[in-house]
Amino acid sequence: MNIAAVSFSYLKARPLNTALNVILLALGVATIILLLLATHQLEDRMRRDAQGIDLVVGAKGSPMQIILSAIYHLDVPTGNISWKQALEISKHRAVKRAIPLAMGDSYRGFRVAGTTPDYLELYGAKFASGRAWQQPLEAVIGAEVAARTGLTLGAKFNGVHGLGDGGGHAHENHPYEVVGILERGGSVLDRLIVTAYQSVWVVHADHHDIKDVRDIEQQLGDDEKEYTALLLQYATPLAVAMLPRYINNNTGMQAAAPAYETARLFSIIGVGVDVLRAFALVLIFSAGLSVFIALYNAMNERRYDLAVMRTLGARPATLMGLLLFEGLLLALIGAGLGLALGHGFAEILGHALRAAQQVDISGRVFVVEELWVLGLALAVGILAALIPAWRAYRTDIAATLARG
Amino acid sequence: MFQLDNLQHAYDGSIVLRVESWRAAQGEQWLMLGPSGSGKTTLLHILAGILRPGAGSAVVAGEDLATMPAAKLDRFRGANIGIVLQRLHLMDSLTVLDNLLLAQWLAGAAQDRARAREVLAGLDLADKAEAKPHQLSFGQAQRVAVARAVVNRPKLLLADEPTSNLDDARCTQVLELLQAQAAACGATLVIATHDQRVKSRIPNHHVLGAAA
Repeated sequence: MNIAAVSFSYLKARPLNTALNVILLALGVATIILLLLATHQLEDRMRRDAQGIDLVVGAKGSPMQIILSAIYHLDVPTGNISWKQALEISKHRAVKRAIPLAMGDSYRGFRVAGTTPDYLELYGAKFASGRAWQQPLEAVIGAEVAARTGLTLGAKFNGVHGLGDGGGHAHENHPYEVVGILERGGSVLDRLIVTAYQSVWVVHADHHDIKDVRDIEQQLGDDEKEYTALLLQYATPLAVAMLPRYINNNTGMQAAAPAYETARLFSIIGVGVDVLRAFALVLIFSAGLSVFIALYNAMNERRYDLAVMRTLGARPATLMGLLLFEGLLLALIGAGLGLALGHGFAEILGHALRAAQQVDISGRVFVVEELWVLGLALAVGILAALIPAWRAYRTDIAATLARG
Repeated sequence: MFQLDNLQHAYDGSIVLRVESWRAAQGEQWLMLGPSGSGKTTLLHILAGILRPGAGSAVVAGEDLATMPAAKLDRFRGANIGIVLQRLHLMDSLTVLDNLLLAQWLAGAAQDRARAREVLAGLDLADKAEAKPHQLSFGQAQRVAVARAVVNRPKLLLADEPTSNLDDARCTQVLELLQAQAAACGATLVIATHDQRVKSRIPNHHVLGAAA
């Protein structure tokens, strides 16, 4: 016999009550854990996708849309930008590196992004098999694309105009050939079909009769060449103050800073997250109240037990410890269950989102903040037990026994 | 074994108990007699060290309970007192055996399963060790309460109205059992009762008068 065994026997003796308290607490904890995991991984993912990109230049329009389309490939682009203007910006002395993006087609819902090998390097892409493209219409596909479409090395496919799943006509004259498949890297590359930017020009140069795709650059006039966006890396920190204003004022293009736009995005999402978090806290609080009421009632039911324990030699502190431990035990079980549920929900949510080709969320990740949640749950358990424990401490043995 | 002198206790200003003098030697067996309201339970609580006397001295096992510090009193109870309450108040969430182990733990004694089982066997409860109290008959539950009271080999065994609500045969059984258990651990036995049937079985009587 010890405090734990006695506390546990009491919890076992009231299974419904115990289950109610544990479930209330577990739901609160699970909700917060799920939120933590989801926002943490989402932020992590978005930060990783935007790393190394200081500025995105696109056609005039919403900066948020430019970021969403050119970095995360979640939205349609604002339009195209002229190749000549893009070239000028690329050569600006404040620019260290410029990666062009030419988009417009997709294959079974996965985007075809025309770019340069720098783009692969930006995300540290590794090849699971094959190699990078060496000429237009050679394509490298992300791991998720390979898994979902079943495309293998050497396979040919036709891009479909538009970036959605359903729409657009197929470009049947110029099929792509898969020459490389990337390893899964947890970045946006997993869901992209990457190719040379010239491929996009070839596919869309409908009125030209392209015989040899390799010298497409020469076959098109400069005004016919377009990019969708330009990803820039600054050469100097001073560029932050200068380059965006220069682009917005002196060119027909729009500059968008990923850091600023993603922060704005998170502040918008954050409202929803805060509401859910408040809801979860209310759940935990009501669990605490329920534990309190349960222990308080148990105190009354058990006043004889407590008095008898005193006659058997128990110190008041032992009785106090007994009730505190019971609150702690409830909180511990609730928090443990909540932790498991939260991770389970996150895993399920991850599977659902993956099916919708959205961001990856996994339940097999742990974040430091979870410790705070567990601490909070345990504190709630102890707080709820405090008043009943104090009453147990103060039990008047003789008066209690004389009544019964 | 214990020695009470000029003991007096009052609730809300009205005196409910008055004992001029009562001495008992170790191993003696006593009946505490008196009508309802004569303070039998109060005196039992004082002897058990769960109630401090309002006035006078109560020396039990060589210790003055009136002045003993609270923490020491807790230990004293665990080490020296065994008490069988009128309503047995067994712990319903624990098995019979665990009820005995609980008594050992709370008394600060080593938890000795062999001793607990031996006491249960002595009270014909060997097969009830794993049962919960609510599964027992009243007679069995009462024997468990006795077992719990004697498992720590107390020096003073107290019983509050153990024979009320029992038929004559049962009444005799319970008395014999208490006497035997007290003798087995050399405890002084005090039974508080207003049951006239038991008078003849135990010769030492202390009669409480109406206090007021």
